[in-house]
Amino acid sequence: MTEQLPEPILEVNDLCVSYGKVEALHHVSLKVRPGEIVTVIGPNGAGKTTLLSAIMGVLPFSCGSVNYQGDAYDHIDIEQMVARGMTLVPEKRELFGEMSVADNLLLGAFMRRRLGFRDEAQTLEKVYGIFPRLKERHLQMAGTLSGGERQMLAVGRALMAQPKLLMLDEPSLGLAPLIVREIFRVVADLRKLGVAILLVEQNARAALQVSDYGYVLETGEVALEGPSDQLEDDPKVVEAYLGLGGKKD
Amino acid sequence: MDLQIALLLGQDGIVNGAIYALLALALVLVFAVTRVIFIPQGEFVAYGALTLASLQIGQTPGTLWLLMVLGVAVTALDAPALWRQGCRAGPKIYGLIGRQIAYPLVIAALVLGAQPKDWPMLLQVLLALAVVVPLGPQLYRVAYQPIAEASVLILLIVSVALHLALVGLGLLFFGAEGSRTPAFSDASLEVGGLTISGQSMWVVGASLVLIIALYAFFERSLYGKALRATAINRAGARLMGISTTLAGKLSFLLAAAIGALSGILIAPLTTIYYDTGFLVGLKGFVGAIVGGLASYPVAAAGALLVGLLEAFSSFHASAFKEVIVFTLIIPVLVWRSLTTRHVEEEE
Repeated sequence: MTEQLPEPILEVNDLCVSYGKVEALHHVSLKVRPGEIVTVIGPNGAGKTTLLSAIMGVLPFSCGSVNYQGDAYDHIDIEQMVARGMTLVPEKRELFGEMSVADNLLLGAFMRRRLGFRDEAQTLEKVYGIFPRLKERHLQMAGTLSGGERQMLAVGRALMAQPKLLMLDEPSLGLAPLIVREIFRVVADLRKLGVAILLVEQNARAALQVSDYGYVLETGEVALEGPSDQLEDDPKVVEAYLGLGGKKD
Repeated sequence: MDLQIALLLGQDGIVNGAIYALLALALVLVFAVTRVIFIPQGEFVAYGALTLASLQIGQTPGTLWLLMVLGVAVTALDAPALWRQGCRAGPKIYGLIGRQIAYPLVIAALVLGAQPKDWPMLLQVLLALAVVVPLGPQLYRVAYQPIAEASVLILLIVSVALHLALVGLGLLFFGAEGSRTPAFSDASLEVGGLTISGQSMWVVGASLVLIIALYAFFERSLYGKALRATAINRAGARLMGISTTLAGKLSFLLAAAIGALSGILIAPLTTIYYDTGFLVGLKGFVGAIVGGLASYPVAAAGALLVGLLEAFSSFHASAFKEVIVFTLIIPVLVWRSLTTRHVEEEE
């Protein structure tokens, strides 16, 4: 790589996470730079969700460190990370089911409001521009939305925080292919705005197509890493995750 | 029983029911947000009333000392973590000292130096609230925040302990004698031969205003929505940066304010003792149970029912008044357990 790369916004070094005596992550290291989509692929139970939870501060880690925007942390406080522009869209979406779509989105901007920003109305218009469906349903309770709409709302709510680093956990899980494409299109657009994206996916093909760099996580360890287009051609990845159909043109 | 008596009892029931409704709302709020069954809610009723009574006769309410001691305790608990964060936490440290050390000193200066005995009633009420209400978030910080992730049962045990401690402190602060404060207004209203006292109208009016204000808070304000979000989905709320601690303190602040104000409202109607709050709070709790500790309107309606039931049973079988009211909880629980699906506690 000859061009000058920006400093990574997120650098994870030697991270270990244990559930009791079971170690779910062993010395995982990765980097995400601003304006870059980095994907972590791997089978069920490889520790992908655990990795995101530990970076966000939902789970404590037992060794290693997380370096975010130039500050190293050995213990992470979720609220502090949210205040510094890190946002996680969890696998379970975690929407506020008995509240309206509009209120869910507003709460996405909760931390920005606390920090004194008063721009949530403009951000809301932008999010409605990205997901017009959410505008149509803004008075509907979040719990009554369809699966695709719920994912749009989860992503839209995360965007309300105007994240610098957006982490998406299995955004395609349980969604129709058309909606998956829609979500990935939004993700690709966000990169153009300079947002760093860490994408965890089981849908390896789609994830590698949209991303710049990829890590393959197996049983809690990074088995393989490299630029996404190279990973797509890697025989091991093709065999294990992309199937025999090979890659699409 | 003729109509006259029925109307009188009905009036009594509605006035008491309004107070129980306020307390029921506070209990539902605290439980939904923090999973704490807030038994010490009643102590805030007693503390509010007795603090006002002390101020009015020129004594120093013991709650003032509690405010200062808890302020020091909260500072001692919170300062080390802020200290470790270094210079970034500077404004937070000033905020902490301002709230927990400077504020109690200012209030103490007012109570001790400014002769609140001679103040107009409204200012006395505000001063009493200024002493009692901050105890809510302080107690949350000291007693509940360290075990915020514990099970409902453990939180309940802490609530019982806190209740017993606060009743004991109440006896220490205010003595065993009860107090009654002068009515807010001497006006009374004649409606069809029924005299409605000014204080009764104050109680019902203030309760209605408070309920509407709470509704507006939860529906319109960002922090109200944040509390609802925490109650609906704690994990989701945390990911938005709504900390469990912030939500807990906010809900305890509201509960303490509702409790203290309820006490101040009923102090002219009935003599309040250091341990009166428990019974009052329990009746609010029965109302909250009718609402399944989840529904605000049903809880308020249930509390009103408790008030009316209490008033009429005190006429027909006054010795069994409390028994009848608390027995209400059994059919309600049977009905609820038959009609609602049991949901395992998450986490």
